[in-house]
Order: sequence, then structure tokens, then C-alpha cells
Amino acid sequence: MSEVKMVATRAGFGAALAELGAKRDDFIVLDADLAAATQTGVFKKAFPDRFYDCGIAEQNMMGIAAGIAATGKKVVCSSFAMFAAGRAYEQVRNSIGYPHLNVVIGATHAGISVGEDGATHQCCEDIALMRTIPGMTIINPADETEAKLAVEAALDQDGPVYMRFGRLAVPVIFGDDYKFEIGKGVELKSGSDVTVIATGLMVNEALQAYEMLKNEGINARIINIHTIKPLDKDIVIKAAKETGAIVTAEEHSVIGGLGSAVSEVLSEEYPAPVVKLGVYDVFGHSGAAPKLLDEFGLRAVNIVEKAKKAISMKK
Amino acid sequence: MDAAVKKELQITACKVRMGIIEGVHAAKSGHPGGSLSATEILTYLYFKQMNIDPENPKMENRDRFVLSKGHAAPVLYSVLAQRGFFSEDLLPTLRKPDSILQGHPDMKHIPGVDMSTGSLGQGISAAVGMALSSKHFGTGFNVYALLGDGEIEEGQVWEAAMFAANKGLDNLTVFVDYNNLQIDGTIDEVNSAKPIDKKFEAFNWKTIVIDDGNDFEQIEAALKEAESADKPVAIIAKTVKGKGVSYMENQVGWHGSAPNDELYEQAMAELRTKLAELEK
Repeated sequence: MSEVKMVATRAGFGAALAELGAKRDDFIVLDADLAAATQTGVFKKAFPDRFYDCGIAEQNMMGIAAGIAATGKKVVCSSFAMFAAGRAYEQVRNSIGYPHLNVVIGATHAGISVGEDGATHQCCEDIALMRTIPGMTIINPADETEAKLAVEAALDQDGPVYMRFGRLAVPVIFGDDYKFEIGKGVELKSGSDVTVIATGLMVNEALQAYEMLKNEGINARIINIHTIKPLDKDIVIKAAKETGAIVTAEEHSVIGGLGSAVSEVLSEEYPAPVVKLGVYDVFGHSGAAPKLLDEFGLRAVNIVEKAKKAISMKK
Repeated sequence: MDAAVKKELQITACKVRMGIIEGVHAAKSGHPGGSLSATEILTYLYFKQMNIDPENPKMENRDRFVLSKGHAAPVLYSVLAQRGFFSEDLLPTLRKPDSILQGHPDMKHIPGVDMSTGSLGQGISAAVGMALSSKHFGTGFNVYALLGDGEIEEGQVWEAAMFAANKGLDNLTVFVDYNNLQIDGTIDEVNSAKPIDKKFEAFNWKTIVIDDGNDFEQIEAALKEAESADKPVAIIAKTVKGKGVSYMENQVGWHGSAPNDELYEQAMAELRTKLAELEK
């Protein structure tokens, strides 16, 4: 078996921008002095005249993006998730969200896997914040393939799109034939005992958990939710009906993220046990990303535990 | 400025003021003081300066205006109505649940509004983005914005100012409505941004100070001077808050409150008298 290719989703973001830049000239890219880290630098190198650095001023960058979009032009702006969704939250809400402008926000370095930079930069609240903005689309790609497809789709989406990318290199799990559609969850493994709904780098962990559960005689369904908003309610409700127990897995706070979104749908449409795996209301700290994912329980083995708990809660 | 042109603008400004008072009175809330102070600036921009077409409010290469001090929505709506973007009959529906005229400007639903604003400090960034878009995509339009003198206490204003100068956005002209009052008192009492002109100069803008921002000739002269600038221009326009309604002038209490029926009648009587004088 060939070795698994490891690529950060942020690299997929940068590469996609450069590839799209060669195909179309109808968008420009903004960054806030983090182009090398966010990977918009790849686009900047290829198309220096279509890239504008806003400096260390994320709130202004969001307003500039809004102004560009208000003139009917397409724009991608990028910073770390902490600053894009956190620092500039109100600019995103009022200048971009309220007028429903076509701004693509490429937020990188999301989650605990930022690693050594520590808690100030490990944003585990961005999905929660962005979910509260009416009309906001939120996409959290699982690998490089999905990241690239998502960037192209986001450019042609109506209204604002928040895209969440990671710093850590993660396995490329989808091939060239992978189909991506905003708002459509993807069933990666069929199963009837329990459903694991995962997003971002937890999708790969969920696929590993599938094999571990199978070895214990548990037949799990695995669903990749790349679009957290609008959530694919049908695939979630169907999973609850057919498997009766749900585990959600995300590299994000359990408050307000995928787990909350799934719980909100099921509590109103088809109540079923939902056991959440995520960051349990704590700040992170410095350390190597893989070690942090172990420590914060964001691994396949943790999904297995949660799956057993969910099954035990079935009526 | 030709005397007839000036008189025509003064007549329009007087009608705009009546529209402001109509709207705020009917809504029983809103911001008359900073709407009245900016009346001449907006009237000049929409009637003399900007390339716009009320019949085609989304015209791609139109000049843009961003009311960064979005709470002055009543003056923007009244000017747009006078200019023919929508009926004056809408003005008394200000802030009502079934009206398009939101408490703060809403670009999605109000013809002629180029940007949704209201949260202070954000509009200027959008104006900067529009100016960048005009240059980058070669559309070639100019962008105008109005900031409040209290608003410039927001740090985002200076982020935007730094960027606009760095990118050489000479198609951007920003007025500061320097009426010297904000909600909690005079801008000195609260947290002064003075000297305003020196601050913009330090951010590498061309700065023009006009002593009477309620005078059309001075507004016109400043805009003419701005044309030749090779950088963004800030026009610091000293104005009178509440201008044109005697009991509101220079009174901070009229920043964000509506006149009762009696004071409404008084304001309208004053404005009707002024209009009759002008139309004589």
C-alpha cells in the first residue's frame, strides 16, 4: 500500500487560489500580514497585482472586503481563525453578513492543532461565532482535496462564506473522483449500529474509528459534514432514524459547533442520543499538535468510546 | 458659485431638513442633530458632485457614497427622496416595521444606499474597499464617505486611513462632520480626537479644513481642491449640530431624540419660513 500523502488544508486553500487565479480573473485576495502562514502567499507569488496586504488590521480587512463585494466584485480575505472570526466578529456580522455580501473568508490555523503557539491562537470558537450570523455559509474541509473543491464552490456561492482550514498536515483521504457540493453531507461508510458525524481533521479519525468498531462487531455509519451551515438536516435525521445513536466529532468547542448544530436539529425533528466529541470548554496550551490531539481526546480511540456510550443510551 | 445655483441648493437643503424632521417625528426616535449638521454636504454630493442616476441606482460605474456615521440615516433618506430615488411619502415611515427605511442604512432594500452602515468605524473601511475595487477593476468611479467627529474615536477608522494612503487611493474623499458634539457631551469632554486634520495628515492624507460645512460655496471649493490630490482626501467640515432648527442648534440633547408634536410644529414652521424666504 502506498504511503498516505500528508497535506494541511491551508495548503489546499493556497493552491486552489493559485489554480483558480489562472482560470479566472474575477476575484482578488486580501490578507492581514499572514500570507506565508495562511498560504495566500502562493496566490500572491503567482498574481502579485491581484493581491492586497491589509497589514495587521483584520477589522479593516473585513470592511475592505465588504466594500469590494458591494461593488459587485469577488474577494477572498484571509487570516487566522482567531482573528477572522474572533477579533473581527462584529465587522463580519454587520459589514458582510447583514448586507449578505459575497465575501469568502479563508480562516486558517483553526483549532487546537495550531500547536506550539498556544491558547491565544488556538481558536475553538469560530464555528460557534459564525453560525450565529444569518445567511453565513460555513465550510470545514477534511483534507486537501475537499479544501480545493470547497474554495472554488465558495467563490460562486451567494452570500458570505466562512472557510475553516488547519495548520497541521493531515492525510489526503479523498481521490480525484470525490464529489463536493455545498450543504450536502457525505456518507463515507454505511452502518446501522451508530453514526459518527465528523468534520475537518476528525473525519480521518472517524474512518479509523470505523475499523476499530468493526473489529469489535459494531457497524458504524460515518458521515462527513463539510458544510456546517447550512447543515444537511436530511442526512442527520436519516442517520438518527436508521441507527438510533449519534456521535459528533470536531476539533472545536462542544459549545456551538457541529455537535450543537446536530443536537439542535435532532432535538426538534427526531430526538436521539447525541454524544459530542470536541474541546470541552477549556483553553488549549502549547505543544506539538499530535500530542495535543491525544491530550484533548480528539482521536479515533475517543470516538470509539463515545460510540459505545451513544449505543448504550439507545432506547 | 452662481447665485441661482446656490439658491437652488439652499432650497433643496431646506426641503431635506423638512424630510428629516418629518421622519424623526413620525418615528418618535432617530438622530436629527447629526442629520441636520450634514445636510449641505450630502445635498451637494447628491445634487452637484456625484455621477449617479436615480432611474438606475445600481449603475455599475456610479460614484459611491458611504454614510459611515450611519445614525444620520434621516438625512441620507431625505436627500435620496429629494433626488428621486424613492418617494418623499416614504420618509414618515422611518423606523416603522413595514418600512424599507431602517433605523440605519440598509443597502439591500433602499434604492440609492450603497452600503449598510450603523456600527461606527465600519463604513469608512467599506468606502476604502470600494475605492480599491474601482481602481483594481478599472471601473473608474469615485467614492465619498461621511464620518462623524465622535466616530473617529473608533480605531478601525485609522486602520482604514492607513491602508487608503498606502494604496494611493486618490479616488476617495472623506468628509468629517465636525459638529463638536457626541452623545455624552462635547468631543473634548468625552475623548477628543483633535487635532483631526493633523491626524489625517500624519496618516498621509491630503487634508482640507472648511470653517463652515453648512456653506455650499465652501463645500464646492473643498471638493474642487480635492480633485487634484494624488492621495485620499479628508475634508474636515466644521458644522453646526442641529443646524436649521433653532432649538436644536449646538444642543447635544438632540443627538438622538425626536421632537414632540409641539416642537415638531415649531421646527416645521421655521423651515417653512426659511423656504418661503428662499423661494421669494
